[in-house]
Amino acid sequence: MRLKASVFALFCLIIELLGIALYLRGFFPVPVKSSLSSKSKLSDQPAEPLAGSGPNSTQLPPPLFKRVVIMLIDALREDFVFGPNGKRFMPFTRQIVEEGSSHGFIAKARAPTVTMPRIKALTTGSIPGFIDVVMNLNSPALLEDNLIRQAKDAGKRIVFYGDDTWVRLFPRHFTEHDGTTSFFVSDYTEVDNNVTRHLDSTLKRADWDVLILHYLGLDHIGHISGPHSALIGPKLLEMDDIIKKIHTSLTESEDAPPDLLVLCSDHGMSETGSHGGSSEPEVSTPLVLISLAFPRKGDTVEQVDLAPTLALALALPIPRNSVGRLLPAVVEQAPLREQLRLLHLNGHQLSSLLRDSNPTYQRQDGYELFRVAEKAHGNWMKLYLEGNTSEVLGNLGRKVLKQYLEALQSMSLALSKQLGRYDMYSMIVGMGLILEVLALLLLAMPEALGGAACVDVPLAPACLSLPFCLLGLLACSTHVLMCTSAEANCYFCSLPWPLAFSALLFVAALLCSLAAMAGKRFRLAGDPRPKVSSSLDWTLSELDILLLTGTVGQTLSLGASSFIEEEHQTWYFLLNTLCLAVFQDVCRKYFKERRVLGEEREESSLLPSTTDGDPLRPSFSPATELGVSLGAEKWLALTTPLLTLVCCRLLRSLNQTGVQWAHLPDLGHWLNNGEHKVFLSVLAVFSLLLIFLLVQRHCSLVSTIALALGLLGIYSYRAAVGSVLFPWQHTSRSISKGTGEARFVYVFVLGILFTGVKDLLCSQVTAAGGGGHLRSRGLWEVYSGMVLLVALLLRPHNLPTLACCLLVQTLMVQFVWERLRYDAAQITIMHYWFGQAFFYFQGNSNNIATVDISVGFVGLESYVEVPAVILTAFCTYAGPVLWACHLMCYLSSERDRAAGALSHGCYCLAVLRSVPAALYVALTTALRYHLFIWSVFSPKLLYEATHVLIAAAACLIFTAVDHDHACSL
Amino acid sequence: MWDVEIRGMTSAHAIIAASIFMATVIPVVLVDNFSVYGTHLVWLYSVACSVAVVNIAVFWLLGISPPTKKNTLNYKLSRLIRSCVYFVLSCLFFHAVVVLYGAPLIESALETFSLAVLLSTLTTLRCLCILGPNVQAWIRVFSRDGWVAMSVWDTSLQITSSCSIVGAWFGAFPIPLDWDRPWQVWPISCSLGATGGFLTGLLAAPLWIRWHRKQLTYKLK
Repeated sequence: MRLKASVFALFCLIIELLGIALYLRGFFPVPVKSSLSSKSKLSDQPAEPLAGSGPNSTQLPPPLFKRVVIMLIDALREDFVFGPNGKRFMPFTRQIVEEGSSHGFIAKARAPTVTMPRIKALTTGSIPGFIDVVMNLNSPALLEDNLIRQAKDAGKRIVFYGDDTWVRLFPRHFTEHDGTTSFFVSDYTEVDNNVTRHLDSTLKRADWDVLILHYLGLDHIGHISGPHSALIGPKLLEMDDIIKKIHTSLTESEDAPPDLLVLCSDHGMSETGSHGGSSEPEVSTPLVLISLAFPRKGDTVEQVDLAPTLALALALPIPRNSVGRLLPAVVEQAPLREQLRLLHLNGHQLSSLLRDSNPTYQRQDGYELFRVAEKAHGNWMKLYLEGNTSEVLGNLGRKVLKQYLEALQSMSLALSKQLGRYDMYSMIVGMGLILEVLALLLLAMPEALGGAACVDVPLAPACLSLPFCLLGLLACSTHVLMCTSAEANCYFCSLPWPLAFSALLFVAALLCSLAAMAGKRFRLAGDPRPKVSSSLDWTLSELDILLLTGTVGQTLSLGASSFIEEEHQTWYFLLNTLCLAVFQDVCRKYFKERRVLGEEREESSLLPSTTDGDPLRPSFSPATELGVSLGAEKWLALTTPLLTLVCCRLLRSLNQTGVQWAHLPDLGHWLNNGEHKVFLSVLAVFSLLLIFLLVQRHCSLVSTIALALGLLGIYSYRAAVGSVLFPWQHTSRSISKGTGEARFVYVFVLGILFTGVKDLLCSQVTAAGGGGHLRSRGLWEVYSGMVLLVALLLRPHNLPTLACCLLVQTLMVQFVWERLRYDAAQITIMHYWFGQAFFYFQGNSNNIATVDISVGFVGLESYVEVPAVILTAFCTYAGPVLWACHLMCYLSSERDRAAGALSHGCYCLAVLRSVPAALYVALTTALRYHLFIWSVFSPKLLYEATHVLIAAAACLIFTAVDHDHACSL
Repeated sequence: MWDVEIRGMTSAHAIIAASIFMATVIPVVLVDNFSVYGTHLVWLYSVACSVAVVNIAVFWLLGISPPTKKNTLNYKLSRLIRSCVYFVLSCLFFHAVVVLYGAPLIESALETFSLAVLLSTLTTLRCLCILGPNVQAWIRVFSRDGWVAMSVWDTSLQITSSCSIVGAWFGAFPIPLDWDRPWQVWPISCSLGATGGFLTGLLAAPLWIRWHRKQLTYKLK
């Protein structure tokens, strides 16, 4: 099969995508689940242990609390309550915590610190799988056993006000509810007023048992302006007032068992105001339990401990998959017998979960400890029922209590560790596919980068060979063996068998054709025919060495977790070195010439005569487009890499990302501070003007006008949202969602894209005549449309990033890339590096937290999944996408480029993306028991997978555009 | 002729390398609490000074620097002043490059500048000593065609300078690692890398020249 290099690259990327999808499915573990899919029932609770006689009563101890109010403040960081801010802004809560009857804890949330998995953790007590982040945006009903359902089944009446995630998770569980949507991040007052407006009337009524309030305003403020914003204080004061109101109302009613107010949070807030990762401020949340039942009197607990504690305190069964343990402080006032009973119930639930999820449960310390403690509990009960009330009994009881606590801790830990179970079979099949594709791409390199840009894949002959039949049989039999063996709960087995078999056969066929290609390659290398040796015998310049070692070194650096966290540093470092290397090339080119011209200078006697025979090109085309003279052109060429360096340095300080230095102040925060709105506005105007000037050069008149109007629309959109100011607008106008303005811009984006696509289609039709020019114009117009869209989606403080990106592209094209005759592969690698660096310049990192989800709601009234996801992905990967598009436009509009340049570019892009992706997949497989696998390596894996998807989309467009010539045998 | 030159260069390199070791050892006696990490800047300047002094002594006083046509005092003085200006300019240039690479602009500017001084000493100063303040000669040595160098000293200059810079470049690699080691503090790893690279260059240059003796076609002066 003979394919064009671009088509070949596209196929490779698509196969790789499938492989990665399969790998991901196997990599992200299925959460710890009890074997019984049903929920806990009151009737299956274990009997109270009693040595000697038969089973004791299975009743639960009486509830400790009558009514419970759970007040969840989204993104309430631990130090907002317990830190100095708490003293200033939450005086009442602090007073209660310090003096009143309450327990204050720091509850540790697990990564991913995103709202929905956290709500699941709070209510089920289990730790939701990492993949829940991906599913976070659409939350179906929670089917797992959970506290809310237990409470409902026990006849408790539950009232809910707040984030509508709850309503979607627990449909028909609430007797009364009012959900607010969290998608308009810029609104931080209305969302909370919608919750508070019900509070007075609800507190007066007595027709509820559990009241849940979920306040979103604080999270929104964090997303807008970070944890040190001036808006935080008033919001915390407002929350404090609400707590006071609830507390007063709860203490007024003198019920027999007292009421309980739980103040908690789903996750914290990082220093930049986002969340999702596992840094200390993100996972530390306050947990305050306020009730008259507590004596006045904090330490660190797990967030999942709330579910079993509340369940036991309300006399409900513990949700079956909970891995949390009872907070002993909450029950310490109860009689010793009840305390032991509660701990026993918790221990029983944990031990049965352990038994179901771990085949070697008997060897776990915690399980053994629990058995011992249970026995001791039985003995104690016997003494107790015999009426022994001596000091000995009390001491013995406390010993049992301690044993129980140790057992609970050990079992809870063992269960949390269980989360690292992998579906190795799916992972290996996926990884095999990915590595095969990588080998295929690398083996095809000499052919794909050759003049014809055609690749010969011997797939058909491989399918007829004997090794293929043997390999296929072997693979299929292995599959049958793997899937019919015991406890095979792997995803690849659950696929329909024909599909799985064809996938395995495809793997075998690829392997055979790989072997055939490798054989051919070595045979060719063995006998030195002139044609082949000329393609293999490359002389590498310093730049080539840098590009190759940089690519390889960056891939290898992914093995260290710090280098993943700080990957932006690697890219900035490489990009700087690249600019310096380019600078050196430019210097060499222009100074060499100067030396020849200036022979008569004083030091000319020292000049070596070797340069005399230099093949100096007589004239590199004078910079016609900008109409500058030769001398000016030289200086512009010399300053271009330096200007790029300065741009990169400035952009680097615009957004601090990563982990170690993320807390350092950066320009972005300074600009986003409310006091510096004027600077932000001026900067945005300048950036938009620069964008207009740089983009309009390639556009037709109509598109230029559309572009100008679109950019104006972007500014008015940002003004409507409240980030920037109009000069005539002095008082802060009421903030709207800016839907109209955003849609106004969308119209122009679509218009420009449409014009571009129309030109492209026209060029397809008239390919023979002036199609080339038309095609290049069409491509540039598509590019302009994308720039306009990115300008709309990026936050205003990131607009300079876009402007710098365009500036660097223009200058590099004008003065460096064309003049220095870099080949398509070199230019592609440079574009890829720039794209990567701009990905991080935008403020992205390898942490889920930095994805700006609010982008998905630009110009939409409510959440619509498909556009939201596409817009978010597009905006996050704006840097790489824009550079890839620029590569395409540049390669296809170059007049004197070889015909296969576009194919070469596409192929190089595929290789550049496959090398890190494939090696990273292999790496995560090897490091799957690494300590940081969930906090560092898996988010990066998701980023890599998405990036492959984006690259595949780019290659698709490349292939569609590239219709220079077809490869025929 | 060949062997004499190579032997001379090897001994010069040995002297320079020994001076770096001395610059590390002697301050231990003279300065209280001296350590390469703790009082890094003292170490850095002691190395820079000793390399500078030894270089100037070896190359200038022993007369390896290019023959000057005019021997007037005025000419010598202007050469000296130009050399000083070039050295300061090169310090500023290295400082700018290091800042572009991401070193903080304002805080720890002293450390950054010290690194720039060290790099200049290891590269520019040697160029000044061997080639004199003569830009054309520098371009000849460091441009691609100039790799066909004119004397063993040119080759040694090429190798040691590029090794120092590459060493400093590699020295930046461990900075993002979260190991919290004392040598990860800015600019210790970079200056150690530069010094290590320089020492490697000193060692590698004679070996490289011996190895490629056949290919090298030096013009005899």
